[in-house]
Amino acid sequence: MPNMSLKKNEMPSQDPNVRNKNFLEVALGYTEEQALDEAARCLNCKNHPCVGGCPVNVKIPEFIKKITEKDYEGAYQVIHETSSLPAVCGRVCPQETQCEKYCVRGVKGEPVGIGRLERFVADWHNAHVQEAPAKPASNGHKVAVIGSGPSGLTCAGDLAKKGYEVTVFEALHLAGGVLVYGIPEFRLPKSIVSKEVDGLKALGVKIETNMVIGRVVSIDELIEQYGFEAVFIGSGAGLPMFMHIPGENLCGVYSANEFLTRINLMKAYKEDSDTPIMPLAGKTVAVVGGGNVAMDAARCSKRLGAEVYVVYRRGMEELPARHEEVEHAIEEGIIFKTLHNPVEIHGGEDGYVKGMTCIQMELGEPDASGRRRPIEIQGSEFELPVDCVIMALGTSPNPLIKNTTPGLEVNRKGCIVVNEDGLTSHPSVYAGGDAVTGAATVILAMGAGKLGAKSIDEQLSK
Amino acid sequence: MYRIVTKKALTPTLILLEIEAPMIAKKAEPGQFIILRVDEDGERIPITIHDFDREKGTVSIIFQIVGATTEKLNRKQEGEYIQDFVGPLGNATEMPGCKKVAVVGGGVGTAIAFPVAKKLHNQGVHVDLIVGFRNKDVVVLEDEFKNACTNYFVGTDDGSYVRKALVTELLEEQIQAGANYDAVFCVGPMMMMKFVCKLTEKYNIPTVVSMSPIMVDGTGMCGGCRLTVGGETKFACVDGPDFDGFKVDWDEAVKRGKMYGAWERHKHEATCNLFKKEVK
Repeated sequence: MPNMSLKKNEMPSQDPNVRNKNFLEVALGYTEEQALDEAARCLNCKNHPCVGGCPVNVKIPEFIKKITEKDYEGAYQVIHETSSLPAVCGRVCPQETQCEKYCVRGVKGEPVGIGRLERFVADWHNAHVQEAPAKPASNGHKVAVIGSGPSGLTCAGDLAKKGYEVTVFEALHLAGGVLVYGIPEFRLPKSIVSKEVDGLKALGVKIETNMVIGRVVSIDELIEQYGFEAVFIGSGAGLPMFMHIPGENLCGVYSANEFLTRINLMKAYKEDSDTPIMPLAGKTVAVVGGGNVAMDAARCSKRLGAEVYVVYRRGMEELPARHEEVEHAIEEGIIFKTLHNPVEIHGGEDGYVKGMTCIQMELGEPDASGRRRPIEIQGSEFELPVDCVIMALGTSPNPLIKNTTPGLEVNRKGCIVVNEDGLTSHPSVYAGGDAVTGAATVILAMGAGKLGAKSIDEQLSK
Repeated sequence: MYRIVTKKALTPTLILLEIEAPMIAKKAEPGQFIILRVDEDGERIPITIHDFDREKGTVSIIFQIVGATTEKLNRKQEGEYIQDFVGPLGNATEMPGCKKVAVVGGGVGTAIAFPVAKKLHNQGVHVDLIVGFRNKDVVVLEDEFKNACTNYFVGTDDGSYVRKALVTELLEEQIQAGANYDAVFCVGPMMMMKFVCKLTEKYNIPTVVSMSPIMVDGTGMCGGCRLTVGGETKFACVDGPDFDGFKVDWDEAVKRGKMYGAWERHKHEATCNLFKKEVK
């Protein structure tokens, strides 16, 4: 008999006033009892619309059924058939616009907590199953993967399982891409990412860090001199955008990328880290932007002891960040200044930020993106005293690979152009993830990594 | 991990390291830089490439012991390893079409001026290498310098070696003597570069400067190294490190360079104290 409660089991979390002072994970994960209770809410319906809502088509009702049978490892194996990073996706996927959006239970009441169950299963596996996956026999084909973010790791994993000799080239000193430099510890503990990377190594994947492809070796050289038969580019969208307003280069103005990299990758919040970050205790920070990255930057600033504003030109309804992230930010005491836009940043004699002039906005008719266009209210400028400004306006792909790979076609925005198989204009080079789409989600990048692996396999096994 | 093949103290605080990095050595060009991390907790710091040996597979860097990270780096001995070493980053120095140039270096910047001078000299360009040091104790690499140029000029701030002269004075003398340079390449402390540019602008000699602002990743990802050049924001790591010296906003660059000054002084002190304790 299914559990007919209209409400999801709530996610146990650290108290907002405790967690906004530490970097430990916010959501604590379901207990076994909660997981069983939540799993019993799934009707195991015939059409399982949730599966179609998942970019990698995880067999959701099947894994949930395994939970109800208390076969947690079985549930993990079901997820792992199609998703290479379950512990990551269970934490950072926007389930509310994917699987859970289509859940039948959501018609009347709340959908099944699919993401929370996925996380439960993945964490159970990580805690209880020690044995590394067996390394498959080599099929003799060499494939290079550029970038070790979600798309690259997924592509590498899928190919390694099929016996390909895969080498992943990472520009930074640590594998994981945005999972390690972008998403904060309190949303995605780095130990989870390193566990996933270790899993790939056990499959025989070689990870070469400190390799800036395009500088130390080009893609053509990988193919011609190093014997790689195919290349997958998953180099992401790493270039930060700025507003190009006066004062943007003052001390104390960061791109969200820099701010988050200093904190997440370089651990600047820890006493023993050699990497500095502006001391923010007792200071005021304005984060400009309304996406998930803006929420991450705001919540990190709060944890460093700052009073934090999120300055966004549209309204609360239009915030592109996940609803859950916005809610968490509000609970933690972040102040939202929506319908506001920065016009100029001011500094003192010393070159540090002192304040920011903002203008109030109102929403007009919908624009090309379908969202209502923000319009400045003339004469509504005012001064917001702040010590630090973090620009979280989005990112675009790094032009380095394009500039060093003759014949690689990119579009107007610098995104690599691919066909429906993920193939670029270069005959043995595939691409996927943010490098192709511009900044998007972890799961979409994973989907693209899977497609790349499938297409490479088809090409090389001909 | 990257092995230190040779370590040489040029002065007590100016250290040369030759690092085993065959792939970087194969691609490195004068003007480019590397980013290194000494150990697991280390920060990423950019250092311009001083020299490279493609056959031996090594890259040399010269650094001044100025803060916690360089202090830690100096604790590494020959045969030991540093955690991370990535490059070559940035664009190589190009002086297209130049027949006669002045390469100007100050302090630790002379280490960077060297490979550029050598490359141009090998290409048959007339190179006047003009270097300045604080005093005679910190004069380094003279034999290398002399082999990498047509004429070599050196001055010290206090006159304790050769003569008392700033690089700007040495440069202006040559210009006034009719050197007729096609261009000047300049690298060193920010204030020195600023004043060299002020001088060359007066004589309308195109001047390329090599910038080394604060960086994290060095691949265009963080934007921490941004500068205003000709009214536009540029990233030194991917758009540079060389820029048209007449267009750089020097005051902004100087201020940005000191962004973590207080923190760095504190960290340097803490690191030195830690080392002292270990020694006891």
